[in-house]
Parts: sequence; C-alpha cells; structure tokens
Amino acid sequence: MCGVLMDGGLRLDLNLLDYVILACYFLTVLGIGVLARRSINSSLDFLMSGRALPAWVTGLAFVAANLGALEILGMAANGAQYGVATVHYYWIGAVPAMVFLGIVMMPFYYGSEVRSVPEFLRLRFNKQTHLLNAIIFAVSAVLIAGVNLYALAIVLQALLGWPLVVAVVVAAALVLAYITLGGLSSAIYNEVLQFFVILAGLIPLVVVGLHDMGGWSGLSDKVAANKAGGEGFLHAWQGTQIGNVTNPIGASWFGIVFGLGFLLSFGYWTTNFAEVQRAMSAQNMSAARRTPLIGAFPKLFIPALTIIPGLIALVLFPKLGADKGDFTYTNAIPLLIERYLPNGVLGIAVTGLLAAFMAGMAANISSFNTVFTYDIWQTYVRPGHDDAYYLRTGRVVTVVGILIGVGTAFIAAGYSNIMNYVQILFSFFNVPLFATFLIGIFWKRMTAWAGFSALLGGTIGAVATWVLYKLDVLTFKTDLVETFWGSGVAFVVAGGLAIGVSMATRPKPDDELQGLVRGVGATNLRAGELVGDSTWYRNPLVLGATALAISVALYIPFW
Amino acid sequence: MPENSPGDRDAEIESSEEAGSGAARLFDVRRIIGGLFTLYGVLVLGAGIVDGKSASDKASGIDINIWTGVGMLLLGLGMLIWMRLSPSAVADPPLDRDRRSTEH
Repeated sequence: MCGVLMDGGLRLDLNLLDYVILACYFLTVLGIGVLARRSINSSLDFLMSGRALPAWVTGLAFVAANLGALEILGMAANGAQYGVATVHYYWIGAVPAMVFLGIVMMPFYYGSEVRSVPEFLRLRFNKQTHLLNAIIFAVSAVLIAGVNLYALAIVLQALLGWPLVVAVVVAAALVLAYITLGGLSSAIYNEVLQFFVILAGLIPLVVVGLHDMGGWSGLSDKVAANKAGGEGFLHAWQGTQIGNVTNPIGASWFGIVFGLGFLLSFGYWTTNFAEVQRAMSAQNMSAARRTPLIGAFPKLFIPALTIIPGLIALVLFPKLGADKGDFTYTNAIPLLIERYLPNGVLGIAVTGLLAAFMAGMAANISSFNTVFTYDIWQTYVRPGHDDAYYLRTGRVVTVVGILIGVGTAFIAAGYSNIMNYVQILFSFFNVPLFATFLIGIFWKRMTAWAGFSALLGGTIGAVATWVLYKLDVLTFKTDLVETFWGSGVAFVVAGGLAIGVSMATRPKPDDELQGLVRGVGATNLRAGELVGDSTWYRNPLVLGATALAISVALYIPFW
Repeated sequence: MPENSPGDRDAEIESSEEAGSGAARLFDVRRIIGGLFTLYGVLVLGAGIVDGKSASDKASGIDINIWTGVGMLLLGLGMLIWMRLSPSAVADPPLDRDRRSTEH
C-alpha cells in the first residue's frame, strides 16, 4: 500500500450546494460544543461527561471513534490491495474483542470507578506502572491524532485544492474549538453525529458503484478476471494453510486468528482508552457493558462500505497501486467519489470524510487530555488542587495536545504507508498493555512490580522485533506479518515477566484488590439499573452472543 | 463493593465527583441530528429534483440525489419523532443511586 502524495489530477468539483452542506456541518459541530459547555460544572463533566450518557449514544460514539480517516480510506485501500480477506479486520479482528470488553472487562473498568485505563493500573499494580502506561498512552494518542490530522489535510489539499497548511489549521482549529468548549460530551455527541454523516456519504457511493458493476455477482466476476485481483481476492480463508500461504495478506490462519484476531485486536479494543473512555462515560453498569456490544453491530456491516469501494476501484482503475500520485491505494474512495457522485450527494460524501477525520482525531485528543490531566498532572505534578483547577488544566491540555498533534502530523508525512505505521504503533503500545491487563485481572497473585515489568518488557520486545526486521536480521513476508509476530513476542515476554516477577515479589492483599480481579470481591452488575435494563434485548450476554453468531455467519459466503 | 477501599482511590475520584455534575442538563442530541438531517434531506432532495440527466448519468443511471435526499429526510424526521415519543431517554431517573457502597 502506498503513499498519499497527490499531483493535483484528482480534484473534486464542489459547487455552492456542496459548500453549504459542508458549512452547515461545521456550524452544527461548533454548536454542539457551545451547547455542551453549558452543562459543564466540574472536571468530571469535562473529561468524563459526568458519566450520564445513555447506551445508544455511547455505543455509536464507540464505533464512530474508531471510524476515522485511517479506517475508512485505509480499509478501502486494503480492499483494493488484498480483497475480501480485509474482512478479517472486522469479523475476527474487532467483534470478538468488543464482545469480550463489554461482557468481561467493563465490570472491572466501570465498577472500580476509575477515570481512565492508566488509573486502573494504579489501583491494580503501583504508581510506577501507572505512570509508565500514562506516558506511553499519551505519546501514542498524540501520534495517532497527528496521523489523522495529516491524512485529513492531504485529502483537503488534494480534493478541494486547499493548501496543506490551511487544511491542517482549519481542521485542527475546528476540533480544538468543540473539544475545548464542550469537553468529552461534545466529542461524544459529535461522534454520534459523525456516524450518521459518514453513513450518509458512503452508502450512496456503494449503491451507485455496485449498480455500475452489475451487483455483487458482476463485481466479483470482474475482480476474479482482473489481473491485479483474481479469485483469491474473493475469499477470506483460502490459501491460509501454514506452510502454504498463498492468500493476498501473506499470513497463515494461525497468524490471522492469533496475531490479528486475538493479540492486536484484543490489545486495541480492550485497553485503548480512546475507545474505553466512551464506555466509561455511560450512565450505569448496564449501559457501560452494552456500549461496545451496541457498537459491534454496525461494525459487522461497515466492511460493505469500505471493502466494496476498494474492490470497485481495483476494477475501474488499472493504474491503481502506484507509489505516489493520484492512483495510490489510499485514494480508492476519493477516486470513486470523483467518478460517481453528482453535486449534492458529493457534498455529503466530502462532509462524511471530514466527519470521519474529525471523529478519529477528537477521540484521541479527548482521551489524551483525560490521561494527561488526571493521570499525569493531578497525580504526580500538581496534586491537591481544587477541581476547578483541573477543569482549567483539562482545557489547556486540549490546546497543547492538538498543537503537538499538528507536529506529529509531519512525522506521519514522512511515512509512505500510514496504515502500516499505525499497526506498528499498535503492536508496540497495545499488546503489552493487554497482556498485563489480562493476567492482572484473572490472576490475583500477580504483583505490582510484575505489572510494571510486563508492561515495560513487552513494549521493549515489540520494538526490538520491529528494529530487527528493519535491519533485515529477521524476515517476514509483509509488514503486516511483522506486526503479528511482534505482537506475539510482546505477549510472550510480558506474560513471562508477569509470572516470573510475581514469584519473586509480594502480591497485594485481597482487600486492596476488591473489584479489580476476578473472584476478589463482587462487582455489582446491576448498579444504577434503570427501568427496562433487564429486558432480554438489553442483556449483554444476548447481545454479545448475537454479534458473534452474525460474524461467523457473515464469513460463510466468503470462505 | 467493600467497606474499606484503599485511601488513595477515594481521594482523587471523590474530589472530581463532589464538584457536582452539570451533565444532567445536557441537551438531547437527537434534536440536533434530526434537525441537521432534515435540512440535508431537503437540500439534497431539492438538488435531485432540479438537476438534469448529467447528474444521474454520472451516478450510473440512478437519481442518487433524490434517493439520498429521501433517506436523510426519513432519518432526520425519524430522530425527531423518536425524541418526541420517548423524550426522557437521556434523563431517566435511575432505580437506585448506589453505584458504590461507600456512597457520599
């Protein structure tokens, strides 16, 4: 997959109506920020939305926070480059982890009433682990916010002709405004809005494109006949036997199931605070558990909106797959938008892309400012002030975070393949944390220093694997396969250290682990229950099982 | 939840909770989503009605503006109707307020 530099050939022809549509969206987004500001009295309101949101809001925000620029453009690019196998990112690489988060892990996160994922580590382990994780998370959050910002600016520059600097400043300023004003509530409400706008932009594109291709059967025939595609592009599991790997991704089923499906996926969805924060701001335990489960259902069907355009672009544009210029894989969706959408819907689609960028960036910035304000500033730098001080701090940190994000956007610019860059970051940051969490939640003997060692050791292991790969000491079939192996190394090292160091140090007594470890103290799963929460369709187990069943069923036609 | 939680867990979490929550006054987002999509539906449907053959030719023969406009209008109106039918979805009073046994 290739870079995003544009030569200026691909240009969208927006008219007044399209700009009006875009302007209405910007005004609405700002308006939400302004209105949300009126409900902010405390730092908890600003950073945690007062824990008062209903499940449908947090659920849609949960999936929208992940539906950033990278996700949409990147998955379409993957669809064009690897075909139907890209569904693995959704059906095995997201839904099982989301279900696990909702059913198993949310009771610990929500029941312990921590305000962030690092704070959970402080209670479960020690301050050193807490600070290590907070710092790692803060760094990764601004790096990823920067990638979103960079991708956005590139799209604005290429599609609308805006100079790069203008595009970056406008996008950053808008997100800055609505988050600084309205805090997490504003970010979450905007994410829900963004979810619908993104759908409104992509659904027409897919409908028109499929119609042009002659429906799914027409499209699959064309893909199978395409030189750059072929029959292998229509199957998710063919060619994945260990030792006989012929599928486009270059990984065996073992790598797909355990590397992507378990380690990378669970690492992201169960510990990434940008996501978990949405569930933590729900109004009660039932809503918190249902948040990722409600988010899982749209997630099951979003591949239709990203992979199908990728396949259509593959068929339509023989030059697709260039390293630079208009026909990079990442431009699959922009190329289709230019081809198919008349003014009107065009405005909606461009607004949808912008909404996606802003959703991704805002989720990272809002989680960054919570972690920085509560976990780093309040705990270690300036403890003991009154809450109004931390509310002000939260606002300042938002501004600083965005400025840093603008800076890191230019790091991303130096990378020809931003999707892989992000996956690599995830293997460094998410998997060690996941291993530490998993063992820490289920094994009470794990000691505080074991937590620290596991986190640090796992991270070093992942980084070392990548460095050795870059230095050609280790070889893997593709960059993606390296991330699977790097995750495996991180997991094994973290796990080994967790067990080894625990044996050599003293564990915390049970009364300090109440509600933090399975089996130690009971978590009240019915806390704060509202009328109607015990109906069958609000039962997390029912929702989770249904989501998993659908994801298995969806694989069947694409075997 | 236990009687004696670790001291440092309570101090910081409590201070941010004690400052009081204004979030209960948060507006209903359905009003905004409903309003914006109703507007979008009207705009795009209007464009679909007045635009000529070239627009539908581009879109593989489909009057995509009309269909998208109608769809968005339905979404917008649907949101507003839902809000009207179950107005207190955001502000439902909880059955019991004890999310922690060491409630303040």
